[in-house]
Amino acid sequence: MTKAQRLALWILVGGPIAVFSLWAMVDNTRLYFVTLLNGLTLGSLYFIVASGFTLVFGLMRNVNLAHGSLYLLGGYVGFTVGERTGWWIVAVAAGFAAAALAGLLIQLLILRRMQGQELRQTLVTIGLSIMIADVLIWAYTGQVHQLEAPGPLQGPLRGIPIINAYSAFRLSLLAMGIAIGVGLWLLLNRTRVGMMIRAGVDDRGMLAASGVNVNRVFAITFALGAGLAGLGGVIGAVELSMVPGEDTRLLLASLIVVIVGGMGSVVGAAIGAAILGLAETYGLAYAPTYSVVLTFVILILVLAFRPRGIMGKAA
Amino acid sequence: MSAAQWRKAMNSGTSIRAGVPASAAARPAQPALVDPYAHSDAPQWLKFLWRRLSARHVFVAAFVLLFPFFATPFVTFQIGAQSLALGLIALSLTFLGGYGGMVSLAQMTVAGIAGYVMAILGTSGTALSLGWPWWVVLPFAFAIAVASAVLIGWLSARTEGIYTIMITLAMGVAFYYLALQNYDIFNGFQGFQRVAPPTVFGVNWRAPLPFYFLVLFWALAGYFLVKHVIRTPFGIALQGIRDNPRRMNALGYSVVTHRVAAHALAGVIAATGGVLMVWYNGLITPGSVSTSWLINILVIAVLGGMKHPIGPFLGAIAFVLLQTFAIDLIDRERFNLLIGGVFLAIVLCSPDGLLGLWSRAKARLGSGQASSPMRSTHPDTNRRRQP
Repeated sequence: MTKAQRLALWILVGGPIAVFSLWAMVDNTRLYFVTLLNGLTLGSLYFIVASGFTLVFGLMRNVNLAHGSLYLLGGYVGFTVGERTGWWIVAVAAGFAAAALAGLLIQLLILRRMQGQELRQTLVTIGLSIMIADVLIWAYTGQVHQLEAPGPLQGPLRGIPIINAYSAFRLSLLAMGIAIGVGLWLLLNRTRVGMMIRAGVDDRGMLAASGVNVNRVFAITFALGAGLAGLGGVIGAVELSMVPGEDTRLLLASLIVVIVGGMGSVVGAAIGAAILGLAETYGLAYAPTYSVVLTFVILILVLAFRPRGIMGKAA
Repeated sequence: MSAAQWRKAMNSGTSIRAGVPASAAARPAQPALVDPYAHSDAPQWLKFLWRRLSARHVFVAAFVLLFPFFATPFVTFQIGAQSLALGLIALSLTFLGGYGGMVSLAQMTVAGIAGYVMAILGTSGTALSLGWPWWVVLPFAFAIAVASAVLIGWLSARTEGIYTIMITLAMGVAFYYLALQNYDIFNGFQGFQRVAPPTVFGVNWRAPLPFYFLVLFWALAGYFLVKHVIRTPFGIALQGIRDNPRRMNALGYSVVTHRVAAHALAGVIAATGGVLMVWYNGLITPGSVSTSWLINILVIAVLGGMKHPIGPFLGAIAFVLLQTFAIDLIDRERFNLLIGGVFLAIVLCSPDGLLGLWSRAKARLGSGQASSPMRSTHPDTNRRRQP
């Protein structure tokens, strides 16, 4: 892209957004900023879930369509543990562990048998997602389950300029998203396992040839990715509540996040999640029945200009 | 992902491999009989039939034509018509996936769009419908459905292989949420009730017997359309693109154009199935295009096998039978568990679905010489051909 083209793109995309922001800020300042915060917090939930998805995809070229079901599994397990113990942090750990264990089992028992057959692996995860979703309905019925926010984060946070009060839990979500993002970055860039994962993303064959047990790296990555989905599930159980069907919603969100952000890139997932979260909440606030259309338009625009996503690299 | 990796995946996956349609490969081994028309001056069509037809063709044709006269209206309508209509939608996926190498999860969405157009522009029990006559609405339904199929195809054709699944799934689910949330056009969660087929030539096409034959006609039309298209230059080029897009590109074929055209053709088939499904159900709601239905179409196509256009119909019959009679085996609520398990078992044990099982059974039963269509196109024999 030349400099002029890039400028034109910025004006084309940024112009309408700037005009809309100005209008919305003059029209109703509080609504605009509350929506901004809502968008960013939703985006950080999306980031937590989608980062696991993109990690697995980047390394194993495996579209894990059971990712939404793992989210639901983590959420329900977290709900049960949270209700029993009353400790939110234990619930988070349990949700992470349950989903990670499920992911590990899927990888060890099924996906390992068909390594390198991406399409078949994807089909298997579809079958698994149907079954996991049904077992969860069986166990937890179709009712709404909502976990309470941990003590200190209950209720609104008051005294913020312009928006006055905002849910403390949602605000902490932003911090959690950033913490997990930084944690992932440290893991990927500062540890040995992270180094192996990055090497595997670039060239699996070469990594195996240099004496690394690729199967173990795969298993660790898959468990980590699934665990992140479960972690997101426990957070979602507080923020959004758990009902059958949420798995599809989060799967769709993860898909769009990685398509927009670029597959296999954690930074891309962060960008994609922020865009999707903002688009969804602004759409809901300003044009309720067409918010999906807005998301879809973004998807089309990104695919039209960057078929591999914003941070995507050519294969 | 590189083309080579994708090729490897497709080799071991559910794609079909023959440049020659599978049935053609099977044929030469069959007739040990002497062709009585070889030197006579019998009409062309008689010669053609003698060479092409075998006992099983006649048997299947007789069965599908005669069975509604013996079966109860329930079986004719619920099982016969429904599985043929679902099979038609799955056929569009088989065409895309088996011959084009593009597994699109949005085929039910295309069908659903056709159905929604029928309901919105035509007559239904909802005030939102415009109430146009059916012969005006039908062209619109097809045009809009095919236009959306082209859009979906254009967006997904720019990406490769496994990405196609993700992008089509994302678009399909996005349409579901649009239909669910939008009350101005799609009437939200309620959808449209009482969408009935018109009464033409004094026949009530909603009655089991006429409806069954209507669906049968279009199912056969779709089946022979696909069988014909895969032998045309376009179909051969499409299969070439499935096997190696880069080489075809180097030979001067436009990969994206072929893929989009394949999506358009599959869109026509899916739209036909979609219109029939709306008439079958008598209603269309967001539930008809929900994720579970997007996936069910894939389940049907994979269950039957993607190597031959008969596969989706076999898969649909198995699916509908399971759906109808699962209530006797297990709790009605647990149907998803059953279908998920069956799907998983099929993917794990027989990547070619029921067709694969059939050909394996045939090979096991001694006729080692008879060239089963699947054997000649088995992935393993093909892998050696890879550079």
